[in-house]
Amino acid sequence: MNSAIPKEAGKHDVFSRPVIGGSVLVLGLIALLGMLALAVSVGAADIDVRTVWQAVFNPDPSKEAHAIITDIRLPRELGAAIVGAAFAVSGAIMQGITRNPLADPGLLGLNAGATFALACMFAFLPGASYMTIMFVSFIGAGLGAGLVFGLGSLTPGGMSPIRITLAGAAVSALLTALGEGIALYFKLAQDLAFWVAGGVSGTGWKQLAVAFPVIAVGIVWAVASSRGITILSFGEEVAKGLGQRTFLTKALLMLIVLVLAGAAVSIVGPISFVGLMVPHIVRMLVGTDYRWIIPCSAVFGGLFMVMADTVARLVNAPYETPVGAVVSIVGIPFFLYLARKGGRG
Amino acid sequence: MMDVRPEIIRKTRWILLGALLVLIALFVTSVATGSVSLSPSQLWRTVLGQGTMKENLVLFEFRLPRIMISMLAGAGLAVAGSILQSVTRNPLADPGILGINAGAGLSVVLFVMFFRADHSLFQFGLPFFALTGGLGAALLIHVFAWRKGEGAEPNRLVLVGVGIAAALNGAVLLLSIRMDPEDYDFFANWLAGRIWGDDWPYVVALLPWIVLLVPVVFAKSRVLNVLNLHEHVSVGLGVRVKRERFILIFLAVALASSSVSVSGGIPFVGLLAPHMARSLVGPRHQGFLPLAAVLGAILVLAADTTGRVLLDPSGIPAGIIVTLIGAPYFMWLMARQPGR
Repeated sequence: MNSAIPKEAGKHDVFSRPVIGGSVLVLGLIALLGMLALAVSVGAADIDVRTVWQAVFNPDPSKEAHAIITDIRLPRELGAAIVGAAFAVSGAIMQGITRNPLADPGLLGLNAGATFALACMFAFLPGASYMTIMFVSFIGAGLGAGLVFGLGSLTPGGMSPIRITLAGAAVSALLTALGEGIALYFKLAQDLAFWVAGGVSGTGWKQLAVAFPVIAVGIVWAVASSRGITILSFGEEVAKGLGQRTFLTKALLMLIVLVLAGAAVSIVGPISFVGLMVPHIVRMLVGTDYRWIIPCSAVFGGLFMVMADTVARLVNAPYETPVGAVVSIVGIPFFLYLARKGGRG
Repeated sequence: MMDVRPEIIRKTRWILLGALLVLIALFVTSVATGSVSLSPSQLWRTVLGQGTMKENLVLFEFRLPRIMISMLAGAGLAVAGSILQSVTRNPLADPGILGINAGAGLSVVLFVMFFRADHSLFQFGLPFFALTGGLGAALLIHVFAWRKGEGAEPNRLVLVGVGIAAALNGAVLLLSIRMDPEDYDFFANWLAGRIWGDDWPYVVALLPWIVLLVPVVFAKSRVLNVLNLHEHVSVGLGVRVKRERFILIFLAVALASSSVSVSGGIPFVGLLAPHMARSLVGPRHQGFLPLAAVLGAILVLAADTTGRVLLDPSGIPAGIIVTLIGAPYFMWLMARQPGR
């Protein structure tokens, strides 16, 4: 953050491209719906799309295929979609406000924090309700983020993207080790491992009923604040010059990030790289205006996670592959590419 | 710079002696404690060959090999970390953070999956197999961190290492799904950094690597001193920088990989031990390398003993305990470095 403000930021020229942005959004939504239909129909038992249609709009509980779709696959894929949206939007916000192209809830300690908090909860508060799990997950994500950014603020002269990413790696290592230690001490290692590698396979309507409104509110809130993110992405000085109360805006945006990442982690476990990749791809398509980046990130994040989960289900059927591993295989080359560019984005 | 005052050398010797004494005390404590504690008289009797069958079993079959592995692996990782920090001129370098441990881990897991049945080959093949994985990871990191004209800039090197480590650990995770339960158990323990090679053949497999390679590194102290300076200075001082750097990195990878292959993935030892040693006796490699080796042995042995005693019988893996100390230290180091 100590680097100079990029030249183009001085001119405040946001590439607002409503035609491109709008068509990307619409096409993305269509692709997401198509992918959802495909994801629901393929799997251990192949079901044709017409049956899927009937199961959704005219369910008949006595038919096995309908039951598979409404009870297992639909909540699972909807879960994947909202989780992907939540990760991607929180990544986009983080990249905007920290001006760090490597920002991602997984890389900056939020996921490890949530994992640690959940390990504590499994140890001291077994059998908690899903609501509690999600709340604990928020607190943990906040702890992880607080440690990383606290560490950032300790450094004289602020932190470069590279260093804040390293801080994230160290905080993640620490919190993961603490979580593992607690899990081992209380003999919960399997519970925790199950959740860490869990993926979206266990998502049912019950979790969705709690998580969906939270994530939906978070995304709408993020879209509503997107102008503030665009201004912050010019840099602190410019934002202040434009009359923004930067601290307040940042704090509120960080809260959205915690809510989104916490809710997503509580469903799917710690998954990195979705929040890193999707906003980058979206920026390439729609430019630098966060009023388009945020909603498009939500749509493409959802699309990406549904695809990843479908691959994870099919690649080694009938066994499940952790979706986090599939995401990493795509995400890590991307991360390396960005790291090679020197974290300058 | 070669003009070293005698009192510094004397001080280094005393500190090294002190560290060795701490290691010996720790060794005795570790031998005596655990699910079956042995009193000093029992220990003595057993060492002299007059122990009961149970005492013999506990001491010679269970504890001694595991303690030996802890010490050897700790020393190997510490020396590997020292080399990497000097050669890359990056105080944050560590074989674990850079992904070399993960590369070795991936090939160890592959090896275990395919050759576990073949016991004659198993222990001795392990370090070699680990070495190929470690070298592969080092090569990948180099390729990705290299940029024309700038070379491998230190911070980028570590950043790329973090990514490579994540990739390799992901690959290990993917493999683990297809494992049968016995292999999976092995793998889970390996990943958490539990000293798993707790049998004499593993000691025999690791010992030559440490005993042969560590003195080679010590003999290269002068070169390391020079490489730690800026590249232009080293060329000016007549060191064939590229060649020496290549040899030293190879040694670091070999030490880290062979250690990790029998001890499990223990991060941060290669970071902590050299830093502690340097702050005690200064940056001269002749002084701080041997001390780093001893401190590494102390760290891993202390971590493994604590984990073993704290939670009987399964224990908390040494890797977790080292991380609890190492990660905060890493953060502190980072916060102290001037921002870039």
